[in-house]
Amino acid sequence: MNKTENNKAWFLVLPVFLLVAFSAVIPLMTVVNYSVQDIFDQNTAYFVGAEWYREVLQDPRLHDSLIRQFIFSGCVLLIEIPLGIAVALMMPTKGKAASLSLILLAIPLLIPWNVVGTIWQVFGREDIGLFGWALNSIGIDYNYASNPGDAWFTVLLMDVWHWTSLVALLCYSGLRAIPEAYYQAARIDRASKWAIFRYIQLPKLKSVLVIGILLRFMDSFMIYTEPFVLTGGGPGNSTTFLSQTLTKMAIGQFDLGPAAAFSLIYFLIVLLVSWLFFTSISHLDKSE
Amino acid sequence: MTSMTQNTASQTAGAGSTQQPKRFVLPANAKRRVNTQRRKNIGITAYILFVLVPIYWLLNMSFKSNEEILGGLTLWPQNFTLENYQVIFSDPSWYMGYVNSMTYVSLNVIITLMVALPAAYAFSRYKFTGDKHLFFWLLTNRMAPPAVFLLPFFQLYSSVGLFDTHLAVALAHCLFNVPLAVWILEGFMSGVPREIDETAYIDGYKFHTFFLKIFLPLIRSGIGVTAFFCFMFSWVELLLARTLTSVEAKPIAAIMTRTVGATGIDWGVLAAAGVLTIIPGLLVIWFVRNHVAKGFALGRV
Repeated sequence: MNKTENNKAWFLVLPVFLLVAFSAVIPLMTVVNYSVQDIFDQNTAYFVGAEWYREVLQDPRLHDSLIRQFIFSGCVLLIEIPLGIAVALMMPTKGKAASLSLILLAIPLLIPWNVVGTIWQVFGREDIGLFGWALNSIGIDYNYASNPGDAWFTVLLMDVWHWTSLVALLCYSGLRAIPEAYYQAARIDRASKWAIFRYIQLPKLKSVLVIGILLRFMDSFMIYTEPFVLTGGGPGNSTTFLSQTLTKMAIGQFDLGPAAAFSLIYFLIVLLVSWLFFTSISHLDKSE
Repeated sequence: MTSMTQNTASQTAGAGSTQQPKRFVLPANAKRRVNTQRRKNIGITAYILFVLVPIYWLLNMSFKSNEEILGGLTLWPQNFTLENYQVIFSDPSWYMGYVNSMTYVSLNVIITLMVALPAAYAFSRYKFTGDKHLFFWLLTNRMAPPAVFLLPFFQLYSSVGLFDTHLAVALAHCLFNVPLAVWILEGFMSGVPREIDETAYIDGYKFHTFFLKIFLPLIRSGIGVTAFFCFMFSWVELLLARTLTSVEAKPIAAIMTRTVGATGIDWGVLAAAGVLTIIPGLLVIWFVRNHVAKGFALGRV
C-alpha cells in the first residue's frame, strides 16, 4: 500500500513513545548504569567498566543455563510448531464443534503461569496425581522431584500442553483465510493431500507461522514461573533456565553489577536470534 | 466430546450410504473422505483430552477434602465438598486477590488500547521520519525478558510512589502488551482500504470524528482480538505483578503461594483458587470466540 509522507503522524505515535520510554527506556538505562559500576550502597559506587561483563561471560552458571535454555527452546519449537499445525488441520471447520474446540483449546493460554505450574505439580505427583500415578503403575519409574531427567521432561511436556494451542489457533485462523476455490481447483487436479498441504496450505500459513515461531521462541526463552513453581529449578540445576539464574543473582544474592551485565547479555541474545530469524525469513520472501 | 464426534462420523457415513445408488458418486473417494474425517475427529478429540485432563484433575481436587486428596487416588470426589471454595469466598484476603488482578488487567487493557490505536493508525497510513525504526524498537520491548526489568521496575515505581498500586502493574505490563497491540492493530487497519479515509475527509469529516465514528467501528473485531490478547498476557503474568505489589494490589496468583502452611500444602484450597483463576479467561474467550479465528485472519493473512 502506498502511504503518504506525513510527519504529523508523530503526534499519533507520541503517546506510545512516551509510555514505552517510561516503562522500558528508563529501567533499561538503570540496568546499563548498574552493569558498569560496583555498588556498595546508595552513595558509594565505583566505575568498573567492562569488568562485570568479563566476569559474567566466564561464569559457568551462565554457560550451563544458556546451553540448557537453547536445548529447551529448540525442543519446544520442534514439537510445538508441527503439532500446532497438525491440530489446526484436524480442527472442525464449521458449526458448534468449531467454536467449542476453539474455546477448549484456548483454555491453557488463559491460565496464570503459576497455576499452570501448580496443575502439573499436582498432576505429576506419584501419590496424588493421575499422570505420575499412571506412569508408575505401568512400571515406569517417574518422579519429577528427585530425578533431573523426569523434571526436565515434565517442564517440556508442560510447555507443550500450555502453548501448542497458541500455534494451533494462529494456524487455524490462517487456514480459514484460504478461499474454498483453491481446494476445488486442487480437487479437479486430483492433487494429493500432501500436495495440497505443501503448495496451498503451508504457503498461506507462512505469515502466521512467523508470528508463532517468534512468540514461542521469545517466550520459551524467558520461561520462569512454570519451572519455578514445579521444582524451583531443581533437582540440582536441571530445570534452571536463564531467567531463574538471573533472578537468583539479582534478588537472591543482590549482585547488582553482574546481574545487570547478565541481563543485558540475555536481552541481546534474544534480540540477535529474533533478528536473524526475521531477516532470513524476509530474505526468503524476496528471493521467491 | 466423544459422543459429538461419533455423531458427526455416523452422520457422514449415513449420508455416504444413501448416496451410493447414484452413479456419479465415486464410492472409493467418498469412503476415503469419510475415513479421513473420522481420523481427524479422533485426533482432535485426543488432543483436546490431553488439554483437559490436567484441568479436570485440578477441578476434581478442588471438590475434595484434604484427607481424601492425601488418602489415595480417586478419579472423582467421593465426598463432594464446597468447603475449599467457602474458604476463599469468606476471606477478604483471598477474594480481594481476584479483585486486584481484575483491576490491573482492565486498567492495562484500557491504557494499551488508548495509546496503541492512534499509533497503529499512524503506522498503517503514514510514512514519517523514523517510522520503521520506531516499529522495530517497539517490538524489541516484547522480546525483553521480564526478569531483566525486575529490579529497575521496583526502584522506578518505588521512587515515583506507585509501588503497590494497580496502576504500577498495569503500566509495567504495557511493556509487552503495547508492542503486541500495535502489531495486531496495524495488521487490521492495513486491511481497511485507504479510500474510506479519503472519502471521509472529502465529505468534511475532522480526523477525530472520522476516527471514532467511522474507522473504529470498522475494525471492532480487531479491537476485540487485541483486547483479548492484552487481557490474556496481563492476566497470566506473575513475576512483575508480584514484584511490584505487597499488600494493597497483590494479585491472586501471588496469594496462592500462601497455601503452603505449617502443616504442609493445603491442596484443596490451592486447587479451588486455581480453578477460580481459569473462569475469567473462559468468559473472555466466550465473548470473542467468533472473532478470534476471523480476527487473526483479517489481521495478518
